[in-house]
Amino acid sequence: MAGDQGTANEWCGMTDVSPFLEAAVRTATPLLIAAAGESISERAGVINIGLEGCIIAGAYAAFATGGIPIAGYTSAIFAGLAVGITMAFFAVVMRRDQIIVGAGLTMLALGLTGTLFRLREASAPLVTTEPVTAIPLLSRIPVVGPALFAQPAITYFAFALVPALWWWSQRTQGGLALRAVGDSPSAAKAAGVQVVAVQAGAVIVGSALGGLAGGSLVLAQAGTFAEGMSAGRGFLAIAIVALGRWQPVGVALASLIFGAAMALQYVVQAMGWGIRYELVLMIPYVLTLVALAARRRGVSQGQHFSYAPAMLGRSLPDD
Amino acid sequence: MLLADVASALEAFWRGSLGTSSALFSGTLVRAVPLILVGVGVALAFRAGVFNIGGEGQLLLGAVASTVVGLHWGGGVAGVIIALCASAVAGAAWAAIAAVLRARFGVLEVISTIMLNFVAVNLVSYLVRGPLQEPTRIYPQTSLIAESARLSRLWTGTRLHAGIFIGIVVAVCAWLVLTRMAAGFRLRAVGASPSAARASGRVDVERVTAAALVASGALAGLAGGVEVTGVTYALYENLSPGYGFSAIAVAILARLHPLGVLATALLFATLETGALGMQRDAGVPSVVASVLEALAILAVVAASGRFGISWRATRGPRTSGAA
Repeated sequence: MAGDQGTANEWCGMTDVSPFLEAAVRTATPLLIAAAGESISERAGVINIGLEGCIIAGAYAAFATGGIPIAGYTSAIFAGLAVGITMAFFAVVMRRDQIIVGAGLTMLALGLTGTLFRLREASAPLVTTEPVTAIPLLSRIPVVGPALFAQPAITYFAFALVPALWWWSQRTQGGLALRAVGDSPSAAKAAGVQVVAVQAGAVIVGSALGGLAGGSLVLAQAGTFAEGMSAGRGFLAIAIVALGRWQPVGVALASLIFGAAMALQYVVQAMGWGIRYELVLMIPYVLTLVALAARRRGVSQGQHFSYAPAMLGRSLPDD
Repeated sequence: MLLADVASALEAFWRGSLGTSSALFSGTLVRAVPLILVGVGVALAFRAGVFNIGGEGQLLLGAVASTVVGLHWGGGVAGVIIALCASAVAGAAWAAIAAVLRARFGVLEVISTIMLNFVAVNLVSYLVRGPLQEPTRIYPQTSLIAESARLSRLWTGTRLHAGIFIGIVVAVCAWLVLTRMAAGFRLRAVGASPSAARASGRVDVERVTAAALVASGALAGLAGGVEVTGVTYALYENLSPGYGFSAIAVAILARLHPLGVLATALLFATLETGALGMQRDAGVPSVVASVLEALAILAVVAASGRFGISWRATRGPRTSGAA
């Protein structure tokens, strides 16, 4: 992936696995944030194919803000919000096909960020990446210490999101309403839930997290912007949500597996094992296909995912 | 000053797309060919309710297959036909992966076809730097295919090749199949309402959707083959400037009508070559074309009624009995 060479250098002359683990967790961070956002949206019944667009928009916003991480992350969230509000308007309020709207928005965001980027001066300036915040003592634990406790703050945020999301969706009225809308909008409506508002809100919050994920790609990994640098992470995140069975912990584990698969490229680059780089770059995508196929169950009569929200991908009925 | 800028940009657009005969016959019409082929394929798949977003990957696999055939097979008309058939088969096979994943494992084709796009892009990168690289091993591309293995040009001095006829014939055939044949009726029935098609007892829904996906992959693969034998004569990275994605906009703007695709493909080809002209002469980034394509998708989706379009119904609300 673009601009990750710094991590490759760290590999030179190292033989233990802790740099690999560290890279895996760091690479998993944007995937986890985006997948957490997508899981909120999908819990309410909306597949947000526009997530890829949120990520690239967030990445560009963070890059264009430049320099200060907190400002970069804020503008990344706003960029994701902009995509999300458009998605919610078309797919939820107007009840247009979620997949076509999402695909259109992803194309729009990729095109817009590409146009804006090329309109800037020729060379891409580097932005300051977020520094590593090492947690005292814990980061000294051999092997897993650096991977878990010497990461940028955004990584801690991503992993804190997991229990928070679990608690919110399982233990609060809001979480219950969210799941009810995704499983049975008519029942939710009968119970007094504002179905359209909940679904739109879920899409918008999920998209904001997608934007944040894009911001972390620039501010905690690459340190610069490149056209199309989201490189399918939005789509990977959608696959991750399905692999993690729409559960926060499952989503976190699936994100780590994909982070590791993406981090493999640094190992291969550094080790010089004679495996073609391009073949290693395929791994996350092939892994997605294999993992989704291996998770076969509930395949019958169009009911594809037994763990999936029942209304996933379907527009709401008219009021 | 701003007005002058806009005027010069528009003039560059005109010169780049339609304004000169070389722009029209060597640029715009040539670019319309893959958009027609992939666009018709996308229209067929979407009509059946299958979201094939994988046109790009299927096109690349078609390009690989036709390059391999073109490099190793003798030339002549038979050689070109075999190369094009191979490209269609390769595209169909690439789409068949997604079809099998959908039918047997319930994997959403939206996800699988996108993943297969990324695999295909990396596969081409690998091939042109590895097994298929030209003998001097300097450039990341294959050798050129023999002149006799190329699609003939319509007239000298332009790049327009016989592929334009293939595109037109394919669009007309697709329209005939869709409107005049039982297979086309089944396809539309499945797209309009899979549950109704299934309940009729006369349509094997899974089979029809798989067939639509594979057929759409074959057309995208054919586009790759036509591109290699008619335009590039070699395989390299970035062989396709996103034809597979533009074709989605082409199909949707044509409201999934194969003959409409002929017009919208030409429109988007004009847009893209015009944008390239603006980039060359007026410094406007050419990716602005993909912004306009995306806006076209959203505008069509917004303007079409909720139940008025055939591709909607697959994901529409369940009828009360099915819940």
